[in-house]
Amino acid sequence: MSTTLIRGAQVLGGETRDVLIDGGLVAAVGTGLAADGAEVYEAAGQILLPGLVDLHTHLREPGREDSETVLTGTRAAALGGFTAVHAMANTFPVADTAGVVEQVWRLGRESGYCDVQPVGAVTVGLAGKQLAELGAMADSAAGVRVFSDDGKCVDDAVIMRRALEYVKAFDGVIAQHAQEPRLTEGAQMNEGVVSGELGLRGWPAVAEESVIARDVLLAAHVGSRVHVCHLSTAGSVEIVRWAKSKGWDVTAEVTPHHLLLTDELVRTYDPVYKVNPPLRTEADVLALREALADGTIDCVATDHAPHPHEDKDCEWAAAAMGMVGLETALSVVQHTMVDTGLLDWAGVADRMSFRPAAIGRLAGHGRPIAAGEPANLTLVDPAYRGVVNPAGFASRSRNTPYEGRELPGRVTATFLRGTATVRDGKLV
Amino acid sequence: MKRHLISAADLTHDDATLILDTAEELARIAGRSIKKLPTLRGRTVVNLFFEDSTRTRISFEAAAKRLSADVINFSAKGSSVSKGESLKDTALTLQAMGADAVVIRHPSSGAPHRLATSDWIGGSVVNAGDGTHEHPTQALLDAFTMRRHLAGGPGGGPTFHRGPGDGTGRDLAGRRITVVGDVLHSRVARSNVALLTTLGARVTLVAPPTLLPIGVEHWPCEVSYDLDRALAGCDAVMMLRVQSERMNAAFFPTEREYSRRYGLDGTRMAALPEHAIVMHPGPMNRGMEITAEVADSGRCTAVEQVANGVSVRMAVLYLLLGGNEPAVTTHRTEESK
Ligand SMILES: [Zn+2]
Repeated sequence: MSTTLIRGAQVLGGETRDVLIDGGLVAAVGTGLAADGAEVYEAAGQILLPGLVDLHTHLREPGREDSETVLTGTRAAALGGFTAVHAMANTFPVADTAGVVEQVWRLGRESGYCDVQPVGAVTVGLAGKQLAELGAMADSAAGVRVFSDDGKCVDDAVIMRRALEYVKAFDGVIAQHAQEPRLTEGAQMNEGVVSGELGLRGWPAVAEESVIARDVLLAAHVGSRVHVCHLSTAGSVEIVRWAKSKGWDVTAEVTPHHLLLTDELVRTYDPVYKVNPPLRTEADVLALREALADGTIDCVATDHAPHPHEDKDCEWAAAAMGMVGLETALSVVQHTMVDTGLLDWAGVADRMSFRPAAIGRLAGHGRPIAAGEPANLTLVDPAYRGVVNPAGFASRSRNTPYEGRELPGRVTATFLRGTATVRDGKLV
Repeated sequence: MKRHLISAADLTHDDATLILDTAEELARIAGRSIKKLPTLRGRTVVNLFFEDSTRTRISFEAAAKRLSADVINFSAKGSSVSKGESLKDTALTLQAMGADAVVIRHPSSGAPHRLATSDWIGGSVVNAGDGTHEHPTQALLDAFTMRRHLAGGPGGGPTFHRGPGDGTGRDLAGRRITVVGDVLHSRVARSNVALLTTLGARVTLVAPPTLLPIGVEHWPCEVSYDLDRALAGCDAVMMLRVQSERMNAAFFPTEREYSRRYGLDGTRMAALPEHAIVMHPGPMNRGMEITAEVADSGRCTAVEQVANGVSVRMAVLYLLLGGNEPAVTTHRTEESK
């Protein structure tokens, strides 16, 4: 295998170092390292991060290949600086058996752009009634550790309790999409001043917060760990903060869009802003940023949710919920967290690589940039400014809420086990 | 005027007054034996109804026909949310037919806004009721009716039962309007709060707390749970239709309890100031939000509102489709040829 030298990058935004990659591993980190025939990446002024890890990606394959495939989704992930993504289970068929998770895992290996770690469904068919064969998925080649009915909430308290208990046997975690179903029947957007004016059925914060409160108590009761998907309200932050103060094994993620966008955008009735959980208020956005900065929220997860054009080119109520996010995630985090002074690049490495990899029990990702470690790396040019143009996306879908918006930062290179998947900002 | 009428909140005081004054002019022809004006001859108005509403559709149809427009009724019931044709494809079809104005009724809030801001269609869009959002022409006809009855009489005090033409050029400054009922699901309430406030009225919403939207305290009106207190001193009370099925979703316990606490009966009507009118956008649920005694009384303007609806919709179509001159001046010129 050829060697690669990244010359003069700021490692985690800190000191300037050369990083030599050889045989898929970081061979050396130092200054004035000799190129010796290596392929050289001049990285002055750029930030070197561990490869990003996404705990929450919808790759849509099998079943909805019109919106995304494992190949197109992992290409989008690589462009966004990711070296590992967790593929959510709400495919067709649902990833609720060892067979389906192994299929997704194998497709990921074949893509070569990004590791794909399947998430297994908690219940059969995401129906919330009967536990899926969690152990079989854990023992499969895919080695599933994260289980989620994402898109649906495991709302039955007994099923949730049993799932939390059961996965302790193989160090699994239940990632909950917290949405009390009765409080959100027909809900279209955050319930508040804007929903009242627009006449759109409200989605109250309490529908999320009440489920999180129940789940952290259940996790504490059975001594298991629970992960809260796409936390979106200031109240949810308070509950997670309280649970952590008790020493309970509770982790949480926030999406880039909930760090930036608010329900005021729904006044356009443009379904590109329709998402689950819904965009909340400015006060929620600020609370989420603060919680991500202080570590109450462990990580950023994209909830990359591709949809074909026709599913958004319609009236609000008819539109699908979700936004693509892999290719803009790091820019949004830089814009909302780094450029605002809330988080430094080491913090970004922690929230977008170290912690999500740890929550997912992912070996080989989220490792320090040091000799002997797998060379999963992302190089970022933080000085770049660009206008988001979905025509250039690698994702098969274009449903981004950021079209036409200027965002900072650009992933110039991504390395998966030493092999460049992105170079000069373009797929290799 | 703007190109579309999507929300009553988009209307300035001048816009609203112009529409109401134009409607007064147009209303005069309603008394003639030949009710038609040639104003919109050769123009096409499409009534695009994704939801059944015969009352609103025939009102728009009558308005367009009295202005000599060609009218196409396009009923796309079932809505695009289910299997039917999508809003976009329907719009493209209408565009191909050369619709100059599309009057749209849709069960989904924001659908007219979406139609007007998309590149699917080139003509004017008139919101004839979208989901639980707005119904601006209903608010305009309500304001028109109120203005006829209540706009500043001599000395500024309200005078009861004034006639057609009265109120021209005036607004509803200082008038107190009480709107009662299912505000949460009511597009009529949203449009009326916006428009009546623009015209200077003071609006009070009355409903059980379950039927008021979260955030209503930010609306430019007062809110009360107590109907009897809100009736004293108001110039008009507007009773909103309440579907009895709402009790199945626990918005209120029973029809009987609803009508006892929030219905308008003879006793409550007697507590109104003498000049005050009782309004209802129809169709009425007699025995629910309004008793037959009140509905059939001389103070109830429900039937008059229907007649006024045609005049107001004529004015809206006329102004949106390029009426730069006063409507009836154009008409007289045509007549004198
Ligand atoms: Zn979710």
